[in-house]
Amino acid sequence: MRWTARDLRSLAVGLAYLAPALLIFVVFVFIPLGRTFYLSFYNTRSTGLVTSFNGIDHYIDLITSQTFRSSLLATGLFASYAVPIGIALGLVLAVLLNQRLRGISVFRTMMASTIAISAAVGSLIWLLLFNPSLGLLNYVLSLVGVRGPEWLIQPATAIIAVSITTIWLTLGTNIIVLLAGLQGIPEEIYEAARLDGARGARMFTRITVPMVSPSLFFLLVVDTVAVLQAFTQIHLLTRGGPVDATRTLVYSIYLDAFQNFQFGFASAESVVLFVLIMALTIIQFRFVERLVHYQ
Amino acid sequence: MSARAAAIGRTDTVAMRRRPLPVRKAGSYLLLAVVSVLVAFPLLLALSYSFMTESDIATFPPPVLPPHPSLDNYGKVFGTIPIGRYLLNSFVVSSAVVIGQLVTASLAAYAFSFLVFRGRQVLFFLFLSTLMIPWEATIIPNYMTIRSLGWLDTYQGLAVPFLATAFGTFLLRQSFMQIPRELWDAARIDGSTTFRFLREVVIPLSRPALGTVAIYGFLSTYNQYFWPLLITNETLMRTTQVGIAQLRFEESTRWGLVMAGVIMVAVPTLALLVLGQRQLIRGLTAGAVKG
Repeated sequence: MRWTARDLRSLAVGLAYLAPALLIFVVFVFIPLGRTFYLSFYNTRSTGLVTSFNGIDHYIDLITSQTFRSSLLATGLFASYAVPIGIALGLVLAVLLNQRLRGISVFRTMMASTIAISAAVGSLIWLLLFNPSLGLLNYVLSLVGVRGPEWLIQPATAIIAVSITTIWLTLGTNIIVLLAGLQGIPEEIYEAARLDGARGARMFTRITVPMVSPSLFFLLVVDTVAVLQAFTQIHLLTRGGPVDATRTLVYSIYLDAFQNFQFGFASAESVVLFVLIMALTIIQFRFVERLVHYQ
Repeated sequence: MSARAAAIGRTDTVAMRRRPLPVRKAGSYLLLAVVSVLVAFPLLLALSYSFMTESDIATFPPPVLPPHPSLDNYGKVFGTIPIGRYLLNSFVVSSAVVIGQLVTASLAAYAFSFLVFRGRQVLFFLFLSTLMIPWEATIIPNYMTIRSLGWLDTYQGLAVPFLATAFGTFLLRQSFMQIPRELWDAARIDGSTTFRFLREVVIPLSRPALGTVAIYGFLSTYNQYFWPLLITNETLMRTTQVGIAQLRFEESTRWGLVMAGVIMVAVPTLALLVLGQRQLIRGLTAGAVKG
């Protein structure tokens, strides 16, 4: 199709309205994404100045690097702890909050309060809770006869501690999204199931879960992406340690770029992060969506 | 929104049907109260610790309520870090981002809803694609850009990269599309200009959606940590989140002090949650519930 003068004029008007946002996106999203790819093929000086072409060497270094493999593992472990437990807990609490009671909104606000809490604030509070001598967590565990671990000192528990903090931080969002999903379930469906003799747990697995599956699916994508991007919790709780146990991909990028000043190598890691998030989003939309029940 | 319509439609029938027994009702309240306190417990504990002296905190077993409540820690926060300046910095940056996002997103959403031009679909897809690009994957070049502009340790450096929002644009577009097309036709006949229609009709009719975008923009900017950590070095240019985190890296952490700082930093966002809960919920559920 040919562009007429009128087409061009209306395009110009449209672009004029889009220009401010487009300018920001071009300068701070699209060009930087391109430059991340570009930098990943180059060596840089510690100032970030490009020195020499390096081909795919950074990527080869990544594949053969023990640290990179362990950081992928840490990222996977983190996601597999934080995402499913966070969603399951959110669903249970949302079901609890989905009652018709006077004053229920007070409880909703209390349980959703973590939406407004920043990762820095949450991490500082949990840092105190995990403290082996001052923290309440190990004291409460000792009351039930469990000897609490030195949470942030041992590799196996450090990643759990980061996951617990993350679950708490995302709980508010999960609850609100799932509550909205629950409120969209028509009462008639429950009524019909009740007439068929369905009760309690069966009602939950056969009706509630399938009916909120769009919300569960949405959270699966959003929470996984959020975990892949998590930085603050790790920076404040463990700084990637002990022995790289919580050195996730994002934390690796931070260390390699802004502590070791290897911008080229860190850019290659950024490309991996970008591809991973894209792939996860696409896979989840392609395959998980088939299991989801849309009304 | 379909969820809300369904909820309204069914209240009357449900109310008539089953009335929970008093005992069951009391049980529900008890359970809700216990669980709510558990979920909010870390926050409540931070509040309680902020009133404790360091020696109270060091006792065993760890106290839950302050044995000798005092406001000393709050005073000491002011003496240890320039918390007033941090709050000011965060408010300046977050407000600038909110205003910027409202302007850029309204203009863009207007183009995507009322204006007709070739290439609109492509451009809309381009906007949405930014949602798939993690900020962390572009953080190295962005840091370099800000540094080469000489914007390290400045408000511009903290705010400008976030002046556009794809999510906000999407949300406003949805809202703008609810505005009856007849108003647009009538305005054209009256000889109203395109921009005047936006300013005098579309914006005033879209206040709730604008509120959602504003609250979102404020919360997400105010709560940022990674970016301000990277591009600020001067103490006086730190934002609240990075500022209070410094309290943790002192030689010996004074927990009462840290918790007082935490509460001071969290109060504005908690107030925003209470005041703007409805707007926040609308934003969160926009992507999750179909319809």
